[in-house]
Amino acid sequence: MFKSVLERPGVPPDMMVLVNGVETPAWDGETVASVLLRVPDAGRRSPISGTLRLPYCQMGVCFECLAIVDGIASTQGCLVPVQPGMRIESQRGPREISR
Amino acid sequence: MSYDVAIIGAGPAGMSAAVRLRALGAAVIVIDEQPAPGGQIFRGIERNAASPVFPALGEDYAKGCALVAAFRASGAEYLPSTQVWQIEDGWNLFLTTERKARHITARAVLLANGAQERPVPFPGWTLPNVMTVGAAQILLKSGGMLPEGRIWIAGAGPLPLLYATQLLNLGGRIAGYLDTATTPKLSALARLPGAWREFGNLAKGLRWLRDVRRSGMMIKGFSDLRAEGEERLEHLTWEAAGKRHRVEADVLLVHEGVVPRIHETLALRCEHIWNEEQGYLAPKLDRWGQTSRKDLFVAGDAGGIGGWMAATVSGEIAALGIAGQLGIAANPDDLRQAAHLDQRRARALALRPFLDALYPPPRTRLADDVIACRCEEVTAGAIRSAARNSPADPSAVKAATRCGMGPCQGRQCGYTVQALLAEVHGLPIGDVSFFHIRPPLKPITLGEIASLEHAEGAA
Repeated sequence: MFKSVLERPGVPPDMMVLVNGVETPAWDGETVASVLLRVPDAGRRSPISGTLRLPYCQMGVCFECLAIVDGIASTQGCLVPVQPGMRIESQRGPREISR
Repeated sequence: MSYDVAIIGAGPAGMSAAVRLRALGAAVIVIDEQPAPGGQIFRGIERNAASPVFPALGEDYAKGCALVAAFRASGAEYLPSTQVWQIEDGWNLFLTTERKARHITARAVLLANGAQERPVPFPGWTLPNVMTVGAAQILLKSGGMLPEGRIWIAGAGPLPLLYATQLLNLGGRIAGYLDTATTPKLSALARLPGAWREFGNLAKGLRWLRDVRRSGMMIKGFSDLRAEGEERLEHLTWEAAGKRHRVEADVLLVHEGVVPRIHETLALRCEHIWNEEQGYLAPKLDRWGQTSRKDLFVAGDAGGIGGWMAATVSGEIAALGIAGQLGIAANPDDLRQAAHLDQRRARALALRPFLDALYPPPRTRLADDVIACRCEEVTAGAIRSAARNSPADPSAVKAATRCGMGPCQGRQCGYTVQALLAEVHGLPIGDVSFFHIRPPLKPITLGEIASLEHAEGAA
């Protein structure tokens, strides 16, 4: 749904990050919440109804971009700039105590 | 660590306040959620200066370069990527940077934390690929992201027009623009003469409108907009001239103006004033930007929406007020006059009464099945039925429905709950209070709190 204007054929991306284990190109200055919009089904699932959600506000007030970033759950993705090799995982439903 | 002034927010207000206070010799720390200075308006400006995105963002964006450079050179201590999760009397501030918590003290606090887009629920607003215009603009400023496919914009105000122009400048396309603005009322036009000094800005707005009209379908006079699809946005429908219309859509961007960020001033029990015309609460401020609490100041949009230019001036005014109160400057009034701050602020706010009257918040009745609280998925209908069995108090609705208890802590549903309570109880909206905001201001982990104990013990 989104594409960087900096993306050109033959020009490598600024970095690669892992989204749910899949190598994904990313650009300097973008945030985890920005990457989530480019990867199919990378959104979180609502802990109430289980419906899919994607980032809504990008400015830290809606909490729709909550994701597991480098192992830390419920991270506000829109406040975290991407870094090479960063591991981003979708947060699916309510937390489970036994994990 | 101890400072004269802790400034929260590195947007126009926070940066200009820091520059002023440093020039007067104060020890200043600036704390900001973002990784680089600029706030939302000048977001990513240092990095973007060399980017192909820069010229497309327009001349106002470029104006932030000088302020950011002055801020960098000011000698203020700067903590980017940092969240303030608790503020206590004294003042004691509790912060988290990259998962490590710390505690600082300051003689005065300046909240310059800006605004957020007004949350306006409608059917389908929780569907993936429905987001705000501000969000899309942040994506553009952050990684040069442009939406692809059939892009629809629904809303009103200067921001959607500005964003649409930026998008078109970069070769993007807009399938259609659903203009929710009502026909300008006489009350708006009557305020136009006062805005003559800002004619340049007005002409700019008209130019944006013309560009958008050229690029896609412009739809006015519609009702009951719905975003629909399985798992993600697929199409939009709306009612116009007695007929239901339907279009395919890949991205819907919505915007109905901005409102001050008030969680901090609410949590600190500052007095607030209800702005009936724009439908928001703002902290009550004296002529220096001081709240009802001594040594707690607010500058910029967090104290009432005025835009970036007014924010820059109010930051300077608050800086002088703080310096006077702390004994850092002996003559704040003289400095205020010498810098023509009141004249500059009046000029920056000249167009505001016209814009406020032109773009009132939507007051359409929410259907019972619309989700009001995105986090806990509480519908308007559930809130209404709770409200019927409770006093006109958001806390009662919260306890009965969990509305406002999710991670956003009422940042998205607060005003909706207030309006629904007013509707059910037949009260003016301003007579109903906002949620009771409790600590922490932002979610923190136990690990972060533990790291705080460690730091304290070591000190």
